[in-house]
This record gives sequence, structure tokens and C-alpha cells, in this order.
Amino acid sequence: MKVPLSWLREYVEIDLSNEELAHRLTMAGLEVGGITVVGANWENVFVGYVEKVEHHPNADRLSLVTVDIGKDHITAVCGAPNVAVGQRVAFALPGAIMLNPETGEYQQLKAAKIRGVTSQGMVCSEKELGLGDDHTGILVLEGDVPIGAPMADYFGDVVLELEPTTNRPDWLSVLGVAHEVAALTRQRVSEPVGDYLEEGKPIKDQVDIRVEDTDLALRYTASLVTGVKIGPSPQWMQERLVKSGQRPINNIVDITNYVMLEYGQPLHAFDYGKLEKKSVLVRRSRPEEGLVTLDGENRQLSSEMLVIADDQRAIGLAGVMGGLNTEMTDETTAVLLESAKFDAVNIRRTATKLRLRSEASTRFERDLNGELASIALRRATALILQLAGGKAAKGIIDLDAREVHKAKIRLTLERVEKVLGMCFDMKEVLEIFIALGFKCETQGEKAVQVELPYWRSDVSIEDDLVEELARVKGYDNIPTTSLRERIPPRRKQPMLDLRENVRDLLAMIGMQETISHSLVGVDSLQQARVLEADGEILALANPMTPEHSYLRTSLVSNALRTVGFNLRHSEHNLRLFEIGKVYIPQGSGLPKEREMVVGVFCGDSAGLSWTEEQRKLDFFDSKGTLEVVLEALGLQPKFRGTEVGLLQPGRTAEVLVEGQRIGIVGEVHPEVLAGFDIEDEKMALFELDLEELLPHFEQNTRRFIGLSRFPGSYRDLGLVVDVDVAAVRIKEIIERHPLVVWASVFDIYTGDELPEGKSSLAFRIQFQSNHGTLKTETVNEAQKVILSDLERETGAQLRG
Amino acid sequence: MVSLSTQLEGIQEQAQRDLGEVKDTRELESWRVTYLGRRGKLTLLLRKLSALALEERRAIGSQANRAKETLEKLLAERQQSFKSSEAARRMAEGHIDVTLPGRASALGRLHPITLMLRDICSTFASMGFDIVEGPEVEWERYNFDLLNIPRDHPARDMWDTLWVDGDENASRRLLRTHTSPMQARIMQGQSPPIRVVVPGKVFRYEAIDATHESQFYQVEGLAVDEGITFADLKGTLYEFARRIFGEERQVRFNCSYFPFVEPGAEMSIDCFVCKGGGCNICKETGWIEIMGAGMVHPRVLEGVGYDPSVYTGFAFGLGPERIAMLKYGIDDIRHFLANDVRFLRQF
Repeated sequence: MKVPLSWLREYVEIDLSNEELAHRLTMAGLEVGGITVVGANWENVFVGYVEKVEHHPNADRLSLVTVDIGKDHITAVCGAPNVAVGQRVAFALPGAIMLNPETGEYQQLKAAKIRGVTSQGMVCSEKELGLGDDHTGILVLEGDVPIGAPMADYFGDVVLELEPTTNRPDWLSVLGVAHEVAALTRQRVSEPVGDYLEEGKPIKDQVDIRVEDTDLALRYTASLVTGVKIGPSPQWMQERLVKSGQRPINNIVDITNYVMLEYGQPLHAFDYGKLEKKSVLVRRSRPEEGLVTLDGENRQLSSEMLVIADDQRAIGLAGVMGGLNTEMTDETTAVLLESAKFDAVNIRRTATKLRLRSEASTRFERDLNGELASIALRRATALILQLAGGKAAKGIIDLDAREVHKAKIRLTLERVEKVLGMCFDMKEVLEIFIALGFKCETQGEKAVQVELPYWRSDVSIEDDLVEELARVKGYDNIPTTSLRERIPPRRKQPMLDLRENVRDLLAMIGMQETISHSLVGVDSLQQARVLEADGEILALANPMTPEHSYLRTSLVSNALRTVGFNLRHSEHNLRLFEIGKVYIPQGSGLPKEREMVVGVFCGDSAGLSWTEEQRKLDFFDSKGTLEVVLEALGLQPKFRGTEVGLLQPGRTAEVLVEGQRIGIVGEVHPEVLAGFDIEDEKMALFELDLEELLPHFEQNTRRFIGLSRFPGSYRDLGLVVDVDVAAVRIKEIIERHPLVVWASVFDIYTGDELPEGKSSLAFRIQFQSNHGTLKTETVNEAQKVILSDLERETGAQLRG
Repeated sequence: MVSLSTQLEGIQEQAQRDLGEVKDTRELESWRVTYLGRRGKLTLLLRKLSALALEERRAIGSQANRAKETLEKLLAERQQSFKSSEAARRMAEGHIDVTLPGRASALGRLHPITLMLRDICSTFASMGFDIVEGPEVEWERYNFDLLNIPRDHPARDMWDTLWVDGDENASRRLLRTHTSPMQARIMQGQSPPIRVVVPGKVFRYEAIDATHESQFYQVEGLAVDEGITFADLKGTLYEFARRIFGEERQVRFNCSYFPFVEPGAEMSIDCFVCKGGGCNICKETGWIEIMGAGMVHPRVLEGVGYDPSVYTGFAFGLGPERIAMLKYGIDDIRHFLANDVRFLRQF
């Protein structure tokens, strides 16, 4: 909403600077997004008088004009078709800053030769001045503007760019803003007069107006003016419309727009002469009904849409846009003017369905006060008589179906204190309410009953009145206190604890956290082989893009994309993880949102270093990370070979805790990698399901294990086993001996020195007892037992 | 049979000869085990003494003790000399280039949003707010209706919504457009006093550019009890702003409109970049808006079965991305979900 200050000042006195005014409005809830100074660049622009217009000797379409600018007479080349002797124009001298309509940029005007004639200045169009969009001809100034006066003195202005909240339709009007300024500065608003002479026949005898659907047209008012003359509206009105962002069309249309901007009430003018049978019916659309709206579009209407119709056809889409069949033309001589209150929800639905948001629908959907309709109607009618001539019919049509005209709302001082935490006395309450234009009726010393003025529709409950007091007084004047007492008890949140624990652990051991979009493309999930062709997944009804059209059922596809993205930016040491939700459909209910973790490892084991040798990150980096994290959580994970589509067969394991699967670990299938444009790289990955992990984490209770006072002894065993014997089996057999603290593989060998199908595993074993220093013989004995168990159960032999 | 005495001499001689060959501390240790250890040659020999007659035992005993003392003394000397030569050898290793890079340990990092969410939540936690979370896919009822935003109300334009496909008109699912639906869920689940913050992901139907994302985070706050006032709202959020942005921060509250609060407000802080002088961060105003807030609307309280004449409360909502962008000078919101490690490494 653009509000020229010059217009605003017509209704209310403003003693504040522009910045102070903007600040006060913003603090009270009407945000001022910007302040534009019209004419800020007009230092070298003056009011000129066209003395002479001649043909340019070398160009048919150009003319040479001589302009009197008071102190001088200057000749310039002009291309505008509408230039004529006797006009007052805006004349720019070299040095002026002008908008170049072709480039849209401001540039300095220079004296230049145009087709052999030197132009010493320029007669300006509205667009070149930065006033509006019109560049079809020069701007012709009306009235007695002194020749030679600086343009800025007469046409300069300040325009406030307001960002009204959706609850305040009154802030979509200059008068509404004036009332706001008046309330904040304790001024009075001088409202325009809507009186006019009714000379014609009674309106009821000239037009038959009925409302069929009173649930949607709550109030319908109309006036009739005959004998009007269509033409341009006066300069002052055009100038205001242009500065407010509207394009002038003709006097009648301009008046309806002007009054809409002035009062916030949309109005519509029908060409009375084109009304079939001089009747108007306000009704829901009939089956198969259509309407060509003023923008030239042929609209197919549906049965819930409200139309204005004459005896034969729809002539307007109520509250949204008029019909082309009854629009104002140069031949129009009589105008039926409409001003109504339509149902806000219905107007909004119609505008949404037709994708036709207009200035009118934006106001109606914010639920205008019904009192406004007749006030705006009379104002517009008076302006028509004044600017387009004609005679007004006697009376107006006023079909009012509203049940409540003026609601009353009660406020107690007790409530004010309860909500704001500060006391107001009745004197101040009344002062503020009266400044806002509210009618007040005190009820004893501590309560007041309030009736809203015609421009307000947003106040309906006691707390709305509390806000009015607070914002007019200023939020800065409300005290600042801290919350007291009664801190509610904390709830246990095991999932949050587990999740944040895992997040910290992963970062602690060197992984970088990532966060990706919950919305994915279904092809991306399929590419990652984490979604079956018929897999269930939630789709969006209105996705922005195909890549963000489904709720992910796995974190993996985004992780793969992230790795690919970073590889392409030459990052070659990637250990990344994400913790986030996946969304598992549950019929038509809300999906199950599962907290998942994905970790990916790709590239070199470390950054380039002069001390370490490089190797590629692989399965064991991924598994090792998982082991550290799970053990830190107090869990003992086990790993068992398995197969999933995403991962390479033979390099995939499921992660088990107490026999239950809580995740997977493996190297990504090369075909999957290729699908994500990752080539010549190996990628290891793990995925953990925190929902599965949670019960184990919660049950886990740590117990202290006593520390042995006696030294341990170490033995290294080289074992030759069949290659298909899992290392973990040997480890388990060794570790089940009561004297063994731990056993760990430190070397693996397969090759020429061993028979086919055999490999050699070297284990280091720690023996220790809580009861005394172990004798060599005791350790030897234990080792013997272990070796025989190993041989019996796995066929392992001590390597010779 | 060679006499014990001769054997003793032989052992001593051999031991001294062997000691001459010893080159390092490991060999010295094995020399000690060979001669002086529990099963060492000298030790074993001494054990045989018990079989001798008393007199002979005395003579050889003292000879043996002398031999043992001699060897132990020689051992100690050698140990000492090795120690000093080891030190000398280390000293001889000389200089290293201390400017060469050290051996790095891998350092992991948390995402800046995680860091910011934790900052925000722990600040409120220290003021007695509990941290709870809620579903990201929500019912229209929780996201809108129970928050006093009925269907076809123009206020719905404030939240462009992504809808789940295939739902009946009466029970529509959506991606929550704010964390506010948790207000109703929390109040339905417990009675006052309530003091919670809700961090979480939210979604909007939004064309993505430098300042708009279709997915971002929010932190919602809610405090409801008897006697909570707008003044408490101001005090709580002022305290928050000071803890996050610095002790010297000033705050400002202006009136604003959100359908689920009344009175409604926005809080701004004085611009910490230009200190009020005017810059492009604060759009030349000297103030930066950081959150929306207000007193919980009586209709919201009624909707969850609370009596608004008894209970009052305040709610607020803020965006961690926006705060992180302000705090770190990040110029493009798209960085947060791009996962470019060159960006992530900076936090």
C-alpha cells in the first residue's frame, strides 16, 4: 500500500519528520517498509510553457519546441505526439537526472544533437520523471502552475510504502492510515464530505435491484447518476492515483479507484445503459455460466461464486472484478454505482479458485465493516457529479441483511492488568479509545463498553481492546519483568538424549555433520536402491520441483548426493553424517517419523601429510566408527554378513545389538555410485535406526568392573585357518577362557607360503587374573586349552 | 669334577668377558638374567652350596658373595654408562623443523544449525524451559485451525503450505509451516504450568533464493500459567537476546499480528553491526527484527480446554538460520542445506 504524504495530510495534520512518522507507525503495528521521495532528482526540472511547436527539419516524427521557463526560452527536440502550444510541461535542463524508459536506469541529461539539431533540454513524460508508468506522451500539467517554478515544489511528494497486516483492511486506505496517525498523535481527522444534490427521479423507479443470496451479499448499496460525460479525470486525482500505484483510466473508473484508496471500500460502476431490463440480481452463479471479466479473460464460473447479474446474464464477479459487457466506455452516459459488503470467505475462495487477486478482493476478504458501504457510495457519487457532471437519482438502494450492525465490546481494567502486567487508569483508557475513534460508555469505575467506528472491523474480543491500549501507549512503556515461581517439572526424553549423544560422539571422532532436505525426488531414492518400485512413500500434492516432491524414507540418497557434490569441489577426505527423520507412511494417518543416522566415508583416510601414508577410506573405517560410538553408548554390537541392494555383496554387514538388527554397514555398490556420478571412488557407509537402538540404550545400565592389581602377560599366536572362518569366531573362542582379558587380531596373511584356501591370523592375547600374578606354566596351560578348542571348533592350527 | 670354587671363577670370568660384548640395554638385561637372574648361572651355583660341608660352604660362600657383588657393581656401572650414552645419543639427533605441520587428528564438527539450536535451547533451558519436539508432518487442524487460523482466512497467506497428496478435504495433512502446532499439542497433553521450547524443521511452499528456503528451522516457545503477563514476555525475551547477542544489546518491541496471539509483537535488537548508525544488515534502521511473539490468544486457550479467564501465557517463535546469518555474516540461506564442507568447516 503506497500512501502519498500530500494526500494523507489532507485529512490529518502531521508535525513529525518522515522518519519519526514511519517509526511511530511501525511501532504501533503498521510497518513502513520504505519511504520514497518523489522528485528527489528534480533539481534541474522546471515548469515550462510551450510557446512554439515546429516540424523537425530532418525527421517526420520529431518536433522542435520552444519552451519558456521563466528566466529563458529554450529550444528542444521532442518526440511526443501530444505536445502542443499553450501547454504547461515539465522541462528538464541538461544536468537533470532522468529515468531512461528504455534501460530503466536513471541517467544525467546532456545537451545533444538529434538529427542535426541541438536539443538544449527535454520535455518529460510521467515515466521519465519517475512519477508513474506512462510514456505514451509528455506529462501535461493542469492548472495555474507558475512558469519557471521548480517541479519539485509543485509535484514533489513523499510516498510511504506500508505493509499492513492481514487483520487491518482499514490500513489499505489513506483515511484508515490518517485515523491511525491521528490516534498516535492525538489529532483529529477531517473527513471528506459525501453530500450531493439529488435531482433525478427516485432510483427505485429506474432500476430494480434484488439480492437473492443474502448469506453472501450482506449489504448491497447502489446509486445512479445519469447524464455523465466520460473523460479524463483531473490532474490532482490522476497524480494521486499514479503515486499510489494505480493507472488512470477515465473519470468514472478513476473515481471508483480513488474512493477505494481513500476509504478502503471497493466500488464498481456499471454502464446503466447496457443493463438488460434495468434490473440487477445478486445471486450465485448459474450452471454453465461464464463471464468475460474486465481483464478480457473468459471465466468459467462455479455454483458457489457470487455474481452480479442483470435480467439476462452475469455482469460482474462480486467483489473480485467487473464484467466487460457493462464497462465504462466513451459512450457511457449513465452510471449505476455499487458499494457492498460481501462475505469475506466466499470472495477469498472465488479469487483463489480463479487465481484472480484484485485490489477489491484483497479488501473484501479481510472482512470490511458493513457501515463503510454507504459512506463510500455517497462520497463516490458526489465526486462523479463534481467531475463528470450529470444528475443523481433520488435516494440510494440499500439492501441490508446484516444481523448485527454495531457490536459492543466490554473491557475491564482488571483484564488489562492481567494481560499486560501494568495498570491503566480509566482516564487514560478513555483518552486512547477516543483518539482511536471508539465510542465509549463507562460502566462503573473499572469497566467500559466500546463501539467500533465504521472503518474498524478487527476488534472482536476484550483482549483486542487490550492490544489497542498497549500499542497506542507504546510497547516500550510496558514494564519488563521475569517469569516467577512454578517452574514445571522436566520430562524425560530418552530419544532426544540418545540422538544428541550420538551426534556428539560422531563429531568427537572426526565426522562432519550435514543437514539435508526432507523432501527428495523418488528417482533419487530408487537410484540409491533404498525404495522398491512399489515402495510406499508420501507424495506432496503441490511440490515446488520434482527434486523436492516426496518425503524421504531414507537418508541415504541425500548422503550420496552430498558426497558427489563435494567430490566435484575437489574435497577428497569426506567423513560425513546426518541425523534426521524419515517418514514411513501409515495409511491416511500421520506418517511414522523415525530418527535415523547415516554416515559416509569417501576418499583419503587423512588430508595430505608429510608423515602419514595415504590410504582410501573403506568398510573398516565405517565399521570402526560405528563400534566406537556404540561401545561409548555402553552397547556391544555384533556384525553379520548380509545383503542389501544399496551395498556391495560380500562387503555388507548388519549391525546387531542383543540379536536385534539396528543398522547396516558396508561399501556402496559401484552401480549405485555410478548413478550418483561418483566414479573412481570407493564409498563406505553405515545407517543406524535410532528407534531400534533406543530400547537397548535405555536398558543399558553401566556397572563398574574391578581393576586387577596384578600384572598381565601377553602372548602372540599365529593361527592357520580356512579362509572362510570368521575372525570374530576365533576371537570369541579365545576370549571365553576365564584368564583371557582380550584378544585382538594384529596381522592377516594369505599367500604363497600357505596352502591354498588357508589364511594366517595373528592374535595378541592378554592374560590376567584378579587373584595373583600368573605363572608361566598357568599361561601355557591356558594357551593349550585355547588351542585345542580352536582346533576342534574351527580347525585352526598353530602356525609353524 | 671341577671344584665349585673353580666353577665360580669360570662363571665370573665368563660373565666379565660377556659384559664386555654387551652393546645396549636389552643385551645388558639378558646378561643380567643369564648370570644374576633367578635362574641365572651364579644363582644356580649358589644353590648348590647347601650340599657342602659347613667349612667349605663358608669359604666358597664368601667367594661367591664377592663375585656377586663384583658383577652387580659392574652391572650398575654399565647401566649408568648406557643411560648417559642414551641421553647423549638422543641429544645427537639434533634439530627438527618445528614449522612443519603436526600430525593432525581428525576433527569433526556439528552443523551450524545444530550449534545455533543448542545455543538457543540451552539459553531457554536455563530459564526453566523444557525442550520438546513434535511431528513434522501435521494435521491441518493443529497447524492452522487450533491456532485461530480458520480455513479461507486471509491470514493463511502468511504461510504458503506444502500439502500431502491424496487427502480428504476434512482431514488434510501438511508439512508444518511453523513449530506453533506444538502449542496445542503440549497444552492438550498437560495442564499448566507450561514452559517449553520446541525446536524443529518447518516447510514452506516457497521459491528458493538467497533469503528463502522451502525447509528451515524454528524454535517455538510457550509459557502458560496463572499470572503470566506481557511484561514477563518482554523480560524473558530481553534476557534471551542479551545472552545470545551480548550483554549490551538493546531490544525493541513493536506491535504485530499473528492470529494465535493477542496482543501480538515483534522483537528487534539494536544492530550489532553498525551500532545503530545504519547499514544494509538493519536496512538503515538501526534495528534488526529477530522474532515474533505475543500473548496466547484466548481462542487458542479455549480450543485446548483451558479457561482464558484463569490462565494467560505468551508464545514466541524465531528462526535459527536468520540468527546464524546475522551472527556470522552469512549472505545466503541456501548454504545451510547445500552441505558444502568448505562452508561447514567454518563453524
